[in-house]
Amino acid sequence: MTNSTTTAVLDRDGLSALVQALAAQGRTVVGPTVRDGAVVLAEIASADDLPFGWGTEVEAGRYRLVPRDDGAVFAHTAGPQSWKTYLHPQRERLWSAERAADGHLSVTEDGSEQPSYAFLGVRPCDLRAIAIQDRVLAGGRYPDRGYRERRTGAFLIAAECTEPGATCFCVSMGGGPAADSGFDLALTEVLDRAGHRFLVRTGSEAGEEVLSGLPRHPADAHTRNAARTAVDAARDRMGRAMPPVDLRALMGESLEADRWDDVAARCLTCGNCTMVCPTCFCTTTEEVTDLTGDHAERWQHWDSCFDVDFSHLHGGPVRASARSRYRQWLTHKLSTWYEQFGSSGCVGCGRCVTWCPVGIDITEEAAALHDELTDRLRREKQKETER
Amino acid sequence: MTSTTTLSMALPVEHRDRLMRLAREVSFEAGERLFEEGRRADRFWIIRTGTVLLDLHVPGRRAAVIESLGHGELLGWSWHYAPYVWQLGAETLSPVRAWEFDAEAVRAACARDPEFGRAVATWVGRVVAHRLQASRIRLLDLYAPYGSGTPA
Amino acid sequence: MNDVPVPYQVTGVRRESADTVSLTLAPAGEEALEPFAPGQFAMVYAFGVGEIPVSVSRIGRRELVHTVRSVGAVSAALCALRPGSQVGLRGPFGTGWGLERAAGQDIVVVTGGIGLAPLRPLVLAALAARRAYGRLNLLVGSRTPEDLLYADRIRAWVDSHGPLHCQVTVDRPSPAWWGHVGLVTTLLNSALFTPENTTAYVCGPEPMIRATARDLLHRGVRPERIRVSLERNMRCATGHCGHCQLGGVLMCLDGPVIGWDRVESLLAVREL
Repeated sequence: MTNSTTTAVLDRDGLSALVQALAAQGRTVVGPTVRDGAVVLAEIASADDLPFGWGTEVEAGRYRLVPRDDGAVFAHTAGPQSWKTYLHPQRERLWSAERAADGHLSVTEDGSEQPSYAFLGVRPCDLRAIAIQDRVLAGGRYPDRGYRERRTGAFLIAAECTEPGATCFCVSMGGGPAADSGFDLALTEVLDRAGHRFLVRTGSEAGEEVLSGLPRHPADAHTRNAARTAVDAARDRMGRAMPPVDLRALMGESLEADRWDDVAARCLTCGNCTMVCPTCFCTTTEEVTDLTGDHAERWQHWDSCFDVDFSHLHGGPVRASARSRYRQWLTHKLSTWYEQFGSSGCVGCGRCVTWCPVGIDITEEAAALHDELTDRLRREKQKETER
Repeated sequence: MTSTTTLSMALPVEHRDRLMRLAREVSFEAGERLFEEGRRADRFWIIRTGTVLLDLHVPGRRAAVIESLGHGELLGWSWHYAPYVWQLGAETLSPVRAWEFDAEAVRAACARDPEFGRAVATWVGRVVAHRLQASRIRLLDLYAPYGSGTPA
Repeated sequence: MNDVPVPYQVTGVRRESADTVSLTLAPAGEEALEPFAPGQFAMVYAFGVGEIPVSVSRIGRRELVHTVRSVGAVSAALCALRPGSQVGLRGPFGTGWGLERAAGQDIVVVTGGIGLAPLRPLVLAALAARRAYGRLNLLVGSRTPEDLLYADRIRAWVDSHGPLHCQVTVDRPSPAWWGHVGLVTTLLNSALFTPENTTAYVCGPEPMIRATARDLLHRGVRPERIRVSLERNMRCATGHCGHCQLGGVLMCLDGPVIGWDRVESLLAVREL
């Protein structure tokens, strides 16, 4: 939180005004909305599109919408999508190439103007996920131009968590239900006898500017307290937790663990976990040509380390077994990500647990690997002392 | 392939000295046959300079060269294991200077002094393992044109 | 330029062996890539087919040579190119061999098959600054004498420059072959180097690299002084596509040339 943070209270009309103000800036406003039995992210025309009165019930391999009597709008947990759908889209054209009759080649970078987004209702776990993708795609030696443009142009409105789900474990990944930084505005939903309202904090100059144009109330002590209490309570109500160990070291020590066979026997290698993961960034490319053969386009689309061709080297895949592909996913997410990008690749959003068709639970797998390692080390020590 | 096999690296100095007391300097012209498959393996050599080819005779064809041996390498190990019969033939590719050893004398020295015997056996075993490993890797035909080798 | 391919014209095509071709490429227009260092690679784009990583095998003032072995759709398309055709190039990418690490030291270059191609610019650079290094060994493994890359040029290097200790060995000799027969590691016995003061550069199929690195290590070459070039699936070359991971190593950024100390334990894990 910066010192210049302004705090205010918005009511439902204020929230509607916020959507209108952002749209008036020419932004594409994206937020949660109910469709196909889930809370999904979509372009919204007004605050009425938000999932008022909907909550979610999740478990490993299970997701259900449940109506809520209280009319809460941010009481749902993470849906099947994350903001990477917009910042790092599933398909993106990288360049177009033309071959002239004389064989001359010309290549044009895809220069289409990137949309200016406003994301409404970004969960704190997803704020951290965006920061992670920033390091992967916009940091480093070769920043991804398209990503960077979409990202710097995006206006982020966080929604702090007051209703964590049964698959949430952000606290054990070093995060939590509160939004600390990385947003333009942060909302905390408060529902009590004094009404349905949102405590709003600014996190940037752009946020200050937007807030100053909205109908708002001064932040009163009661609302502040109610907001803080709700978020603090959420911290203690996480449905799951990673084992409290050095996960990076655990994965490094577990490359030959038997547990990989166990999880591989259940894993369908469908890649759902990588699709719903808000930090998974892997892509592949395809060459698209027209019928004349003189025009070609290079497209990039999401790829998954669970795809057998992902590691293809002339001759065959490096990772042919399900065991090795699950191990790649988990060890990358929790361990080798540090070496590559300076942090863990997991924010504890729980999507991979919820959307796994067979209910594989990353926290359970980590715990099992920890148990196996502990066991192994104990036996080794025993052997040592016997000697 | 994890071990190197030249005498200077493979035998502890006291055993090396002892072995070298049994050595005799020899030299060969290019193209000389040193031994033939199926004959009695009564000698062996450590090559000092030049190259020796190990080959296998195939009727109707030029002898197939299996491997070449050069500086510092042991030429011949069949003398160490009963029935003491050469498995391959050997021919010098270039003029060769070598240390030659009488197999029976070395075997007798090994029998008299088990510690020396163990050192020699370890050395010869290492040479054999090294050549086996190299042959195994060559079996993969790694540089073969794509798709022509064993299926992946 | 790293985002989109820069057009390069094929100015020369040389068939090196049954399945391998060297393409000489020069900028087709004003735009040219930044200079390459030996060991770095370009993403070579065959129009309408796709892109593959290819190490640079000769670095001219404007021209680049890429030696391509036909193993897939893109490499087959590249091998079929004629002078006058154009390709797209992105790069330079990846780590180089780092010849400067060998200053004052003996150099041992060990290559297997097409692994000679990425090491050719290193050998040429070392020959051009012969006094900066100790003894220079080039150990080349080939399947057959006919498959040997750059055979006439290897002879020229040996003839025209200061002492280059070059040895070639083949897996399968032809009747006319009068050289070594056997795995390339056996040539280390007669190479001239002091292991504790040596930098080694190794490229070839991965089992050959592993065997060579272990042999060098056993002889006393320090693991960080054994520089190997590894191959993994690469799509973007800019660290974003995730395909080329080997444990924590992103091969396109941390490699393709990398110290044995960083990869030895990783290569020991199957399917990593």
